[in-house]
Amino acid sequence: MADVSTEDHVSHEMGLHTEQLSGRTQQTFFDLTEEGGFAYTDSFEVDFNKRAEIDASNMGAKEVNLRIRELMQEGNGTIVLKNPGAKHSLCVGILNKLNVIVEGSLGYFGVGLIDGPNVRIKGRVGWSCAENMMAGTVVIEKNAGSTFGAAIRGGDLVCKGSVGSRTGIDMKGGTILVGGDTGAFSGFMMQRGRMVVCGNAGKNLGDSMYDGTIFIGGEIVDLGVDAVPGELTDLDRQWLTRKLSMYEMLPEKGVDHFTKIVAGRQLWNYDNLEPAEKKLIL
Amino acid sequence: MAGTSFKGAEIKDIDHHLKGGGIDSDREKEIGQHIGYRYDVNLLPDYDRLTPFLKDYLEFMGWDDLNWLEDIHMGYEEGNPAVFDRNINGWVSIPADMDLPDNQQDRDMIARELLIKFQMSPKHPLVQLNSAYRKF
Repeated sequence: MADVSTEDHVSHEMGLHTEQLSGRTQQTFFDLTEEGGFAYTDSFEVDFNKRAEIDASNMGAKEVNLRIRELMQEGNGTIVLKNPGAKHSLCVGILNKLNVIVEGSLGYFGVGLIDGPNVRIKGRVGWSCAENMMAGTVVIEKNAGSTFGAAIRGGDLVCKGSVGSRTGIDMKGGTILVGGDTGAFSGFMMQRGRMVVCGNAGKNLGDSMYDGTIFIGGEIVDLGVDAVPGELTDLDRQWLTRKLSMYEMLPEKGVDHFTKIVAGRQLWNYDNLEPAEKKLIL
Repeated sequence: MAGTSFKGAEIKDIDHHLKGGGIDSDREKEIGQHIGYRYDVNLLPDYDRLTPFLKDYLEFMGWDDLNWLEDIHMGYEEGNPAVFDRNINGWVSIPADMDLPDNQQDRDMIARELLIKFQMSPKHPLVQLNSAYRKF
């Protein structure tokens, strides 16, 4: 048999082997004893004590985001963004450990698609803040718009004020903390993760949620389809106390008054739907 | 009938998925394969059980708690313990020679540690994909 081609070799290295893989298991080709570090292999080495500033008053969103990347390449672990001017799509796509301090407000889709940084925003944020966030912490000192934390996958997203409607829509993980109230349809189609609202919740809370947990400290206007009350456990209380204390949001009266909302799981129709889909394909 | 009769959170035996190969529901019997999304994904972490590696990782990242790892749990695929890696959208098997603790909290901590080691490894599949397809 002829030698394998360069393409075949690359494919093999990427895990694309010719042998039959059983099930859906990913074959792993790494040794647990190898030193891999704590960061992605292509991430920048930054020092939290090395600090830089960006004045965004005369810059576009793309310029700001590229400048953040350059500063990370130079090893800056703390970046202060001044005069953001509520521009849209600022501080997006940061896949690195980093401290970001925003001295002002962000527009739509701020800090979206991030994986790792700790962001503190001293103003407000517009729609879809931290959309698709993967990891890290985002703390907003004032209020936030609608679809706060849309499709969030992981990390802590904190708004010390109130947020608009559809908070955590389609969230698949992570934690959303709200110090004030949240609007209608919060937790819509939630699939995983935790949402904590210290104030009140609007109409249709947790509508069509498949999984995950919602904790509400105030009044709930009404619950959405398949959202049902759950039992607040000791582990829940410990976790709530711990998490809210971390962000200095623990209510004076503690956490015992929180209402826990979970999925009733009456929408778990996979067993019934999948054969129908298969039939359609065939 | 609306809804499934099989709910992961209701399973009391820690080794349930190891013993039966994870084939429980009618649908799983039909396809001969375990459906892995039915675990208790709402279990909160017990921070008294953090491993030294995880403590170092949190300090490195500047986080006060497990952050995104709070959503990581040990699951089971085809009767084998595994952890789901969202970056490759697939399960990664736990080494066969590893002894599993007798409680889910400790198993989850092991899964978190292994997942970090896997994701940060130079041999992670995304490293090659990144170098091959990265546009900017």
